[in-house]
Amino acid sequence: MSHPSHQPHSGDHPKAASAFIADQERAQWHDKALWFIREKRDRAAASLPEWETLREHAAAIKAHTIANLPQYLEQFEANAQRMGVKVHWASNAVEHNKIVLGILQQHNVKKVVKSKSMLTEECHLNPYLEQNGIEVIDTDLGERIVQMREEPPSHIVLPAIHLKKQDVGDTFHKHLGTNAGADDPQYLTEAARGHLREKFMAGHAGITGVNFAVAESGGIVVCTNEGNADLGVALPPVHIACMGIEKLIPRAADLGVFVRLLARSATGQPITTYTSHFHGPRPGCELHIVLVDNGRSEVRESDDFRLSLNCIRCGACMNTCPVYRRSGGHSYGSTVPGPIGSILAPALDPEKHKSLPFACSLCGSCTDVCPVKIDLHHQLLTFRRELALKNLIPLTKRISMKLLSFVLMRPWMFSLGGKLMRMIVPKLPRMFIYNGMNAWGKQRELPPMPPQSFRELYSIRKHVAAHNRPNTLKGNTQ
Amino acid sequence: MKVGLFIPCYVDQLYPDVAMATVEVLERFGIEVEFPTAQTCCGQPMANSGCTGDTRPLAEAFLRIFGAYDYVVCPSGSCVSMVRNHYEEYFHENPAFETLKKRTFELCEFLVDVLQVKNIAGSFPHNVGLHQSCHGLRELHLGPPTELMNRGTPNKVKQLLEGLDGIKFMPLTRPDECCGFGGTFAVAEEAVSCMMGQDRLDDHEKAGTQVLTAADMSCLMHLEGLLRRRGKKVAVMHVAQILAGRAPDFGVPATGGAR
Repeated sequence: MSHPSHQPHSGDHPKAASAFIADQERAQWHDKALWFIREKRDRAAASLPEWETLREHAAAIKAHTIANLPQYLEQFEANAQRMGVKVHWASNAVEHNKIVLGILQQHNVKKVVKSKSMLTEECHLNPYLEQNGIEVIDTDLGERIVQMREEPPSHIVLPAIHLKKQDVGDTFHKHLGTNAGADDPQYLTEAARGHLREKFMAGHAGITGVNFAVAESGGIVVCTNEGNADLGVALPPVHIACMGIEKLIPRAADLGVFVRLLARSATGQPITTYTSHFHGPRPGCELHIVLVDNGRSEVRESDDFRLSLNCIRCGACMNTCPVYRRSGGHSYGSTVPGPIGSILAPALDPEKHKSLPFACSLCGSCTDVCPVKIDLHHQLLTFRRELALKNLIPLTKRISMKLLSFVLMRPWMFSLGGKLMRMIVPKLPRMFIYNGMNAWGKQRELPPMPPQSFRELYSIRKHVAAHNRPNTLKGNTQ
Repeated sequence: MKVGLFIPCYVDQLYPDVAMATVEVLERFGIEVEFPTAQTCCGQPMANSGCTGDTRPLAEAFLRIFGAYDYVVCPSGSCVSMVRNHYEEYFHENPAFETLKKRTFELCEFLVDVLQVKNIAGSFPHNVGLHQSCHGLRELHLGPPTELMNRGTPNKVKQLLEGLDGIKFMPLTRPDECCGFGGTFAVAEEAVSCMMGQDRLDDHEKAGTQVLTAADMSCLMHLEGLLRRRGKKVAVMHVAQILAGRAPDFGVPATGGAR
């Protein structure tokens, strides 16, 4: 099964967003579904009096780890190897995919079960393995649904959040033979369970992501709600865990900070249903860990964007983002959508994802929900500068901003321009103002055009005051 | 105490009464207010488009124009945040700028933090929907945003309005969601921007808002544009206008021109 949409459409967020919004009812529903999760997150966070302290701690641990990443990576590798883990290093996505394929071919694996891993999405592992004759089954329910539909996930925690139960019913009817029109969630989930059980039994190897890797122990932690990672690696003899190098934390004691933040931020749960710790392979089996850079070292060098490496992929920034909620994950055309995706994607390919840093009203809500204190909206703003420096913002915008700056540096020109606008606009026929050229006026009226500007009124007021001053002074002396 | 009045470019040209109301409120507390006419704009439209090269001369002009005042006060959280949080790259460790930065205030925070105003006398017997403009809320901390759990910060905007007789705040289901203005975002992402704005207005309509207010006129310009297109009779007023004792105009247009 191939994923044509794993090669996302060229990034034009406004266009894709406006197509999503054209279905008003669905857009409203999508917004409300995610806002519900944001509110759940608020209640879960409020249940911990130490919430803000936890965020501070998490950010400090991440800052320390990223600063000392090379030594922690080496420590992790040594400790993992001591437990019998085979550790692999990949500098980019291509290397990562080759390593995984190599391990699978070595064991003559034809069928793989995979639990959720944003890293393998980032590397586009599935299509690569499929091209090489290996069947990959995503075992997370949401991921399996979008996989059947040959769509990429639209959210990193809730991959099928863009789909209604009726959509899932239709998909399952087509692929699993469930009754036509059936959309009862329990019925559908049971059908998926039966289907996935067969796949689990048939899998020759299991691939998982990694939520946290502990340097001092060499252990890895995988968090799921469905237990699919556990089943997927408990049955077959080979477990391949793929992780970005930023997933490291120094000590097992630090896990408490992150585990408490992760599920609360992601879904408003106190903890994920399964928080599984892997310390070396099971007897007679193999555990491979693939450590992937894929641009992270470069981000680590950047003072402006280093904090983005703090990300624990909780998705809270998506749930709170007013733009994401109303445009859907697919409108971003990137592996990770939403605020954090709008930083990660253009960092890898600025040309392709140049519209993403502008898909943001700079409201700052993402920055305040982020459990690891990434200054998301500031980074999005900074990224706009990077794009401008690379000549990747539209020429019309570049020219109009230059012109605007020129006018604003000349107060007389600014005042004259304002005066002309206020004089002319009210006299123009409506069709001259409200037409296809005026994006503001498509759904909104222009502001009213007052006869005088403040600076004009202010100067009149000052004159009047100066004129009245002798009287005022007399009044004061009495 | 001499205050330099810092007026957003679009307020100067399109909402002169908001600026005049700001003058009146400040003068009521015995403040000597001066509007330096060399000012135009803080440069935020250029900065938010990524064109920092076109922002720099405006930032430098801002320092020249306002550097000598005891305080600089502006009826916009967004423009103050531009100066306070985003001018750094133009004035690396420049002591004159560091001083100016500390003296630049949004109107409500100036009243509450500097003048220590507890209460403004007046009456405003209306059902008010308070829109929490994002930059004031999350970048200047004019109030506690719903995302943060240390809810200690008082809401300075609400606190000032609360002193008015008869004022009633309408409860919103999403008390501090963005209206979708976002500067050039309003045009570049027109569909999302308008849906965000409409959702805010629906929330206010359900709550029974008769007067929609905020500490930033830009949010209100966007929301008012949507309201007027739909012919809704909601009065739209900047907080400064309410504090200065203006009466709401339930006709259309609600704000804008001289009184």
